Amino acid sequence: MYNFDVEMPTTIAEAVKALGREEAQPMSGGQTLIPTLKARLAAPSVLVSLHGIAEMKGVCNNDAGQLCIGGATTHATVAAEVGTQYPALASLAARIGDPAVRNRGTIGGSVANNDPSACYPAGVLASGATVVTNNREIAADDYFLGMFETALEEGEIVTEVRFPIPEAAHYEKHLQPASRFPLVAVFVAKFADGVRVAVTGASENGVFRWTEAEEALNANFNAEAVAGLKADGSAMISDLHGTGAYRAHLTGVMTKRAVAAITG
Amino acid sequence: MPKDHGIGASSKRREDIRFLTGEGNYTDDINVNGQAYVYFLRSDVAHGTLNGVDTSAADGMPGVVRIFTGADFEAVGSIPCGWQVTDKHGEVMQEPRHPVLAHGKVRHVGEPIAAVVAETLEQARDAAEAIVLDISELPAVINMKDAVKAGAPKVHDDLTSNLCYDWGFVEENKGAVDQAFKDAAHVTTLELVNNRLVANPMEPRVAVGDYSRGTGDHTLFTTSQNPHVIRLLMGAFVLGIPEHKLRVVAPDVGGGFGTKIFHYQEEAFVTFAAKACNRAVKWTSSRSEAFMSDAHGRDHVTKIELALDKDNNFTALRTDTYANMGAYLSTFAPSVPTWLHGTLMAGNYKTPLIYVNVKAVFTNTVPVDAYRGAGRPEATYQLERLVDKAAHELKVDPIKLRRQNFITQFPYATPVAVEYDTGNYVATMDKLEEMADIAGFKKRREASEAKGKLRGFGVNCYIEACGIAPSNLVGQLGARAGLFESCTVRVNATGGLVVMTGSHSHGQGHETSFAQVVADMIGIPEDMVEIVHGDTANTPMGMGTYGSRSLAVGGSAMVRATEKIIAKAKKIASHLLEASEGDVELKDGAFTVAGTDKSVAWGDVTLAAYVPHNYPLEEIEPGLEETAFYDPSNFTYPSGAYACEVELDPETGQVTIERFSAADDFGNIVNPMIVTGQVHGGLAQGIGQALLENCAYDSDGQLLSASYMDYAMPRASDLPFYDVDHSCQTPCTHNPLGVKGCGEAGAIGSPPAVVNAVLDAMRSGGSKVDHVDMPVSPHRVWEAMQG
Repeated sequence: MYNFDVEMPTTIAEAVKALGREEAQPMSGGQTLIPTLKARLAAPSVLVSLHGIAEMKGVCNNDAGQLCIGGATTHATVAAEVGTQYPALASLAARIGDPAVRNRGTIGGSVANNDPSACYPAGVLASGATVVTNNREIAADDYFLGMFETALEEGEIVTEVRFPIPEAAHYEKHLQPASRFPLVAVFVAKFADGVRVAVTGASENGVFRWTEAEEALNANFNAEAVAGLKADGSAMISDLHGTGAYRAHLTGVMTKRAVAAITG
Repeated sequence: MPKDHGIGASSKRREDIRFLTGEGNYTDDINVNGQAYVYFLRSDVAHGTLNGVDTSAADGMPGVVRIFTGADFEAVGSIPCGWQVTDKHGEVMQEPRHPVLAHGKVRHVGEPIAAVVAETLEQARDAAEAIVLDISELPAVINMKDAVKAGAPKVHDDLTSNLCYDWGFVEENKGAVDQAFKDAAHVTTLELVNNRLVANPMEPRVAVGDYSRGTGDHTLFTTSQNPHVIRLLMGAFVLGIPEHKLRVVAPDVGGGFGTKIFHYQEEAFVTFAAKACNRAVKWTSSRSEAFMSDAHGRDHVTKIELALDKDNNFTALRTDTYANMGAYLSTFAPSVPTWLHGTLMAGNYKTPLIYVNVKAVFTNTVPVDAYRGAGRPEATYQLERLVDKAAHELKVDPIKLRRQNFITQFPYATPVAVEYDTGNYVATMDKLEEMADIAGFKKRREASEAKGKLRGFGVNCYIEACGIAPSNLVGQLGARAGLFESCTVRVNATGGLVVMTGSHSHGQGHETSFAQVVADMIGIPEDMVEIVHGDTANTPMGMGTYGSRSLAVGGSAMVRATEKIIAKAKKIASHLLEASEGDVELKDGAFTVAGTDKSVAWGDVTLAAYVPHNYPLEEIEPGLEETAFYDPSNFTYPSGAYACEVELDPETGQVTIERFSAADDFGNIVNPMIVTGQVHGGLAQGIGQALLENCAYDSDGQLLSASYMDYAMPRASDLPFYDVDHSCQTPCTHNPLGVKGCGEAGAIGSPPAVVNAVLDAMRSGGSKVDHVDMPVSPHRVWEAMQG
């Protein structure tokens, strides 16, 4: 770790101001950032912790009935508090990392980092959620741009994520055996106006919607409808833990199982 | 009724009080007044010419005490290798120089090039980043078979090739073995890889060097399984420090698994630098450094063949193995694929003819050396996979084929130079069949299939050689050290004992189990016995702990020393009792005269030894302290039979272990609870190798599995509730306790059972595949099942 200053703002306005300093880096949980700093792979001069901003914490509903989760809300809080309204999302949060990660890591941190193997991007994209920042609202479909790439601009903070609540949803995950991140995980969300399927862990371009599966499920919401579908493995990650072809295969299996879990 | 104290009792581990409450004293807990910190700048290329190390920008940086490079160690010895193997032509192995810091060339990712000593670790690291390296990268040799091809780049320019040795065992048998294969009714052949592993003890390595100008005394605190061996190797061969001016302390050590046996450059560095800088120097390995600097384990590529006659009797066995040495020879590396591997190839079977060929190869990778089991897991894995494949090919029951070929008469001289003193392989297999509930397997398979899963059952046997070993034998085999063990028993005036052992405990629970033995022999409470280990200043010269040797060899030395104590105490007691020595008995902590009510307590005798007012001074010396050295006449041969039951998800390739049964014969047992714990730990590591762990390099020599993000360690959720039994006991015939050793069995015996079970599951799903290499990870299983 190199030396850096730490700022602990208590309001979004203070955080935005602090992020105006040169080489400032926001931190919302730090479950990826701290190991990166310890390995000396990043050298911010100012670390702006979003941990103490009360207005970015907690879970509520807006007038449209959406589930609104503050950007600095930990996975453990989501796991504990959204189970009744959105059980699939609570289950996703409950299965991220280990208890230490879940009690420090936040939804805003995960969504801002957009790790290609993170869980939350799948939940946010499949839900058609809205990513709210300190100066705008971004639809999930416009937000995730690629591996570790998002629509966020320099100094922009994810203050909240707003989820429309689907009729039914399920998150099915196959673990990478070492890191226990998803090797491939699929979030299927069934809304009155259609089905959304988001896949994480598999693609070199980060989380994506599997539109062929969505079309098949819109026509027939049944595991059988996707059983024969093959995802395109050409742009999928190949590494020690599996080839692109294996990930493409798992994409089909996880999707089928997620649907089967919903239909019972 | 289970015993509640002494030999055979499950006494609670006394050391756990400090380990579980954060009161342990590990090497990193040791801080010497005024110490500086060292950061090693390590190579990030696998192979290259080191043209220059420019420290000019780093030298004046804040906090820098001194920067060392390879040039500073030109007059210092090579890190020594403790075992010399002679090849099949009678030539000794090729042995390269192993510098403390790289000089002229770098040979693996992680090799230390420069060392910055500074006031703080962060300052040392900052300065290391300002060092400019001039390295001309060379093509790396990673694959062993490529490395021995003509024209391959050489890891060591001054050696003739990358072949360390080409070992044939037993070379005289080769012709007869080849003939037996020509005459065979059936031959089964299997090619397999024994995957490279990283030991990953919970505590990374740490070394603190200290030096006193006033006395000229050196001290090294280090995470070692054998401080006396480090003192001898480093003092005599590397730094030229006589042993009486060098103290090596290995305090509480948080797991070793073999990787803390060896003498490492960092130990020599901090000892050297402490004198050069005239202040203590501390190094604490990061986990990232551990991945690329701790000796790795296994890494064999093998072709093995079994010849059988028409009645399915094994007639001959032939193996052809490439064993990776890495870039340098670690302390015991040459012995692992030879004398700890070839000698075990008979396994539990009476195969009359065996020939083992091992080519040890240098590559641009981290050195490879002993890891829990060391050679014996490699032997067991290939043999037990092969026997399973033969059973499948011959359509016979794998247990029946094993039983038919079991050795049943003991002692048994194998065709690979060792003599098993005792064993009962039928008894452990009988026990295993009962534990594994083979009759119920069909129902369990049907239940799995009803869920869309496959279920498989796998079994294997193992034999191992523990308690290494007779010094005269290992000397003939190339060991450059003796392999005895030592013990000093000091009885204090008030009757308590301090037992100073040359063995070293780094998790095994010696402080409990060793005390049980001594307390039992004298008939006193265990808490009257204190076990001291790990410091060359207060223990006799001992060879340390590895190869499941502590109780078998170190415990035997302790028994011998305690016997001397008892013999002398009896003399004192007979004087106090005014009785003939032959009539005096020691029982329950008191000396009595047979046939009388005359008695004197243990404490009265020990007090008399140190307050010798009424004492036979003309016959014996005062005091009560004895030392014994014990050199065994043979290895010990623990054995067992293991069974594994897996469930396999055919859609994902995910394997889960549903049942695991282990029936072991460890001979006599001192503390059943500790033995069970040792088996559990060994099983976790064996199952880890079979299902999860894989140390992988790319073709450029970059370590792909360099952190826990990619190196899969077994976790509790990956493991079943084990069914462990060690009631089958054939006591060792040649050591006083009749013990055999239990530390490595689980790691040796479990990988083939797991893989055999996975293949059984795959076959039940219609797969024709006859082998999948470890780790049998989901993607490997799935790909194999695609046909």
